[in-house]
Amino acid sequence: MDEILEVLEKDGRLRPEEIAKIIKKDLKAVKSAIKKYEKQGIILKYKAVINKELARDGENAVRALIEVNLLPEKDLGFDHIAERIYRFPEVTSCYLISGSYDLLLVIEGKNIHTVSSFVAEKLAPMENVRGTSTHFMLKKYKEDGVVLKHKDENKRIAISY
Amino acid sequence: MKDIISKRVKDLQPSGIREFFDLVMGMRDVISLGVGESDFATPWNIRETGIFALERGYTTYTSNKGLYKLRLQIARFLKARHGLEYDPDCEILITVGVSEGLDLAMRALINPGEKVVVPQPSYVSYDAVVSLCGGKPTYVYTTEKDGFKLTPQALNSAIDKNTKAVILNYPSNPTGISYTKKELEALKRVILKHNIICITDEIYDELTFDYTHTSFASLGSVKNKTLYLNGFSKNYAMTGWRVGYACGPKDIISAMTKIHQYTILCVPTISQFAAAEALSSGRRSVEAMKREYKRRREFILSGLNRLGLKCVKPSGAFYVFPSIKNTQMSSLEFAKRLLKQQKVAVVPGDAFGKNGEGFIRISYACEMDKLKEALNRIEEFLRKK
Repeated sequence: MDEILEVLEKDGRLRPEEIAKIIKKDLKAVKSAIKKYEKQGIILKYKAVINKELARDGENAVRALIEVNLLPEKDLGFDHIAERIYRFPEVTSCYLISGSYDLLLVIEGKNIHTVSSFVAEKLAPMENVRGTSTHFMLKKYKEDGVVLKHKDENKRIAISY
Repeated sequence: MKDIISKRVKDLQPSGIREFFDLVMGMRDVISLGVGESDFATPWNIRETGIFALERGYTTYTSNKGLYKLRLQIARFLKARHGLEYDPDCEILITVGVSEGLDLAMRALINPGEKVVVPQPSYVSYDAVVSLCGGKPTYVYTTEKDGFKLTPQALNSAIDKNTKAVILNYPSNPTGISYTKKELEALKRVILKHNIICITDEIYDELTFDYTHTSFASLGSVKNKTLYLNGFSKNYAMTGWRVGYACGPKDIISAMTKIHQYTILCVPTISQFAAAEALSSGRRSVEAMKREYKRRREFILSGLNRLGLKCVKPSGAFYVFPSIKNTQMSSLEFAKRLLKQQKVAVVPGDAFGKNGEGFIRISYACEMDKLKEALNRIEEFLRKK
């Protein structure tokens, strides 16, 4: 992976000037590379990683993983039906996977009822959905490489040779 | 009772900046650029192996020389990485960090009155271990003009008939400078001419940014004159595990092992298991840490440049050694005032030898956000001074 992407993945707030400095590249080259990545959809978005368990605003506090079995459609495979499903705002992630079921969804809802009514009223009745299996998430430890807790305090002694 | 402490120890100069260290330790919310170890924790797979060794009950001694498995892996690693061949049976000793390796080397090699060349500025324990075994350090004061490198001429004129060895540390603590193969070849010729031993401390060897690190022993004909010291502390962020190794001619290693078996017995067993894991699977983590250090180096160099603090460009380790001569302050005064006024800790350069006066050591083993903040504070300090 290009070093520009590596540093941005770690810290999306880095300005092109700073990136140019630390990876020793020309500022213009860095700017145009970032623009290119954005245009190509390699860089999709810049966002903060929020520990929602601590934010505790009651919004979307409940999460569930849902395994979905699908009937593929002629000519369209799974893509069309997957799109119908992932367009729901409750679906925060959607993956087509191999194994005993086809789609894995991550659903967020205000409470257990919003999640279950999404499954019962929206998802399960869809024509190509053959079956679902819902797993409510109890605790998130790590997500996308980020450990969801405060950093341990520094254990090094403050000064040493 | 006044003679209760041995003369040798009494004569050993306590570090002049102990007081400054105490000052740093006593303060809160300090951004420290004074730390001589990685800010990364040991990579998880290595820590996990240590835990597993403990779980399995590997809580006994190992052989004096260290786990055979580890010595064998070191031998294979050195062959692959530097083309060096050492026999794991009799040419490799596992030590408690390079610190122990160095101490053993001095005690094994130096008779009272014999001299060891110590280029300065250098890591603080070199001259101390020489003195502790009755040897005499011959200081060579490298200069900013020469990029803080030991030149063949300076080495040549420092050697006399009582000189037994020279200590070479590269990439260097505190300057971060290193030597190219060509420069090492030139030093090699001097060493061979005078038939002395070269003790190389290559603890930062994986953290070389601008060129491939050349191990001194790999320069052919000088291998039987070289005692190669290395360890896991800096490259694998394993300082607290205390594992290093010494490789060299059989007679030197066997003499060192003799002292080691009476004084240390063996390196902590779980640490040795963890070190073996570092060699077999630590590569990826080392590469990632190295890339991050390199980015920080660029950041700190451009920052110092902006502040008008000149420095020799470091090519390895995680230190820069800028001159603060244009501030008209001594190193200690600079460090003390920076600490008090802006809560940023650096190490005064004279801690590493008297020609370190006029410089400070900055360690960039520190998160980028903190480096940024520290540079802002140094800027503020220089503006107000």
